[in-house]
Amino acid sequence: MTAATVTAPLALARRLGVGAGVRHTLTLAWRSLVQIKHNPMELLDLSIQPVMFVLLFTYVFGTAISGSPGEYLTFALPGIIVQNALFATMTTGFGLNNDLTKGVFDRLRALPIARWAPLAGRILADTVKQAWSVSLLIGVGAILGFRLGNGVLGLLGAFALLLAFSLAAAWISVLVGVLVSEPDKVQIFGFTVIFPLTFTSNVFVPTDRMPGWLQHWVEVNPVTILADALRGLLVGGPVVGPAIQAMIWAVALAAVFAPLAVRALRRRV
Amino acid sequence: MTYAIRAEGLVRRFGATTALAGVDLAVPSGTVYGLLGPNGAGKTTTVRVLATLLAADSGHATVGGYDVRRDAHRVRQLIGLTGQYASVDEALTGTENLLLIGRLLGLSRADARARARELLARFQLADAADRAAKTYSGGMRRRLDLAASLVGRPQVLFLDEPTTGLDPRSRNDLWDTVRGLVTDGVTVLLTTQYLEEADQLASEIAVVDHGRVIAQGTPEELKAKTGGQVLAIRPADPADLATVVAIAGEAAAASPEVAQSTVTVAVNGPGVLPAVVRRLDDAEIPVAELALRGASLDEVFLHLTGHRAEPDAPTGDDTPSGADLERTPA
Ligand SMILES: Nc1ncnc2c1ncn2[C@@H]1O[C@H](COP(=O)(O)OP(=O)(O)OP(=O)(O)O)[C@@H](O)[C@H]1O
Ligand SMILES: [Mg+2]
Repeated sequence: MTAATVTAPLALARRLGVGAGVRHTLTLAWRSLVQIKHNPMELLDLSIQPVMFVLLFTYVFGTAISGSPGEYLTFALPGIIVQNALFATMTTGFGLNNDLTKGVFDRLRALPIARWAPLAGRILADTVKQAWSVSLLIGVGAILGFRLGNGVLGLLGAFALLLAFSLAAAWISVLVGVLVSEPDKVQIFGFTVIFPLTFTSNVFVPTDRMPGWLQHWVEVNPVTILADALRGLLVGGPVVGPAIQAMIWAVALAAVFAPLAVRALRRRV
Repeated sequence: MTYAIRAEGLVRRFGATTALAGVDLAVPSGTVYGLLGPNGAGKTTTVRVLATLLAADSGHATVGGYDVRRDAHRVRQLIGLTGQYASVDEALTGTENLLLIGRLLGLSRADARARARELLARFQLADAADRAAKTYSGGMRRRLDLAASLVGRPQVLFLDEPTTGLDPRSRNDLWDTVRGLVTDGVTVLLTTQYLEEADQLASEIAVVDHGRVIAQGTPEELKAKTGGQVLAIRPADPADLATVVAIAGEAAAASPEVAQSTVTVAVNGPGVLPAVVRRLDDAEIPVAELALRGASLDEVFLHLTGHRAEPDAPTGDDTPSGADLERTPA
């Protein structure tokens, strides 16, 4: 092609600064959060489901497992928070798949915005939702008699650890969201993996109450490790050991699944 | 002449399917260019390559003088894209959808809001501005989608089958919008399956089939090539079809086609219609329908390729679920 056939190029920016990318991320996070306004069901999902889990487990199993609902709450609430966080990570893949199948992702990609902003915006918004559910769980727990053993510092530590782990686990969700053909399949995947994973941990039942062969698995289950770390931070007991192990898991998950997810996304679009 | 869009030898394969087999295009600035082709011809794939969404396996393309691969970010600052399937965020209101785009394009909150209001009014969506887009009708979604692609005042606009699924009135409105944009100096690349639409809007048309441009020219040039008009005759009694074929063939001196109990034949002179009517009358054949109409895409294809436009598949593999719009022939 000769230069004469070309429209005189305008003075356009060749690249984007990081600051612009952050702005795009914030705008896209706003978009995910404002959706809740038009879909109150999602807010119920984020609120009622966790609360129901706490109430059901505390009053149905509490006496049988720990002797009293109060004691059981102290044992189970940190683990219920972990389970809830894992379910919440599925929102990321669900929303991403929805964007991919509805063409919204293409619209965003045709805009002069940072390539990573659509994903980052979504993850940021889901982190905010996550924080809401955790606060709600701890609030309801407090009403039912749950007491923080390590004060505000323990609470902040628990938040930080949970968010770090969720961010890592979100990559699994992103991968699934890219690979499946419709959003509902992300949910189905979530249920089939997360339920067995949390029920074969020490979230609901102490390890020593399970059959011997299962105990081996329970002890290495990352959900057990994270639940133990949260118990230590929120109630009391060993913190450093389980927290370090949980972080190792988080780093490993991210190291494996982030590249896979990004590659799958590049391929799909 | 300056070209807003140039493509040379674009090739793109999906597994065993060759979606683009070497597409060349040159779209003059400030014009409407029509990409005309049947299902699976490669229209959407071409648009996706030009809009920086998809990499071609070989060949290259520029938009506004910038390479769509190497200078993708610059190209994205110039273009607007309305995909084949409305890609609005259904969970957001009309206003929020446009605010989102405006903010992403760097408009201030107030400017983005003003721009959203202006566009919603222009596309008759002001009343529905604060309703979630999932409550919109198909036509309203498409209008919102188009509004979204105009937020950034693009210099080059890609419209992929913009009128598929629109009622005649909305379709005419959209045609007016496109004409208005061109008056403002915007270059529009429009894909369509309907010759009439390309004829109405485009100053130049490329006919694509099996990933290749098989004909290119002004609507007049193309119609001249295809013989322009077609006479369709449906006898009241299908038993008369053979006689009607004979009469039409003789009067038009062309070989007629039969489909769905209707005989069609290319019309190449003013005498054909009266001759056919006279002979049908002489033969006392009652006719249920007799119509003279412009050559359809099918006929253009038949003429250009010697085969009927055969869709590879009614919908592409990339068809988004939940967005299957009904197709209404123009
Ligand atoms: N992502 C994809 N994966 C596999 N095959 C694809 C993909 N996108 C397009 N194709 C194939 O490439 C060919 C051209 O498709 P394209 O969507 O460009 O056609 P089109 O002219 O837009 O058709 P339509 O009128 O149906 O929209 C088709 O055979 C289609 O099935
Ligand atoms: Mg298409």
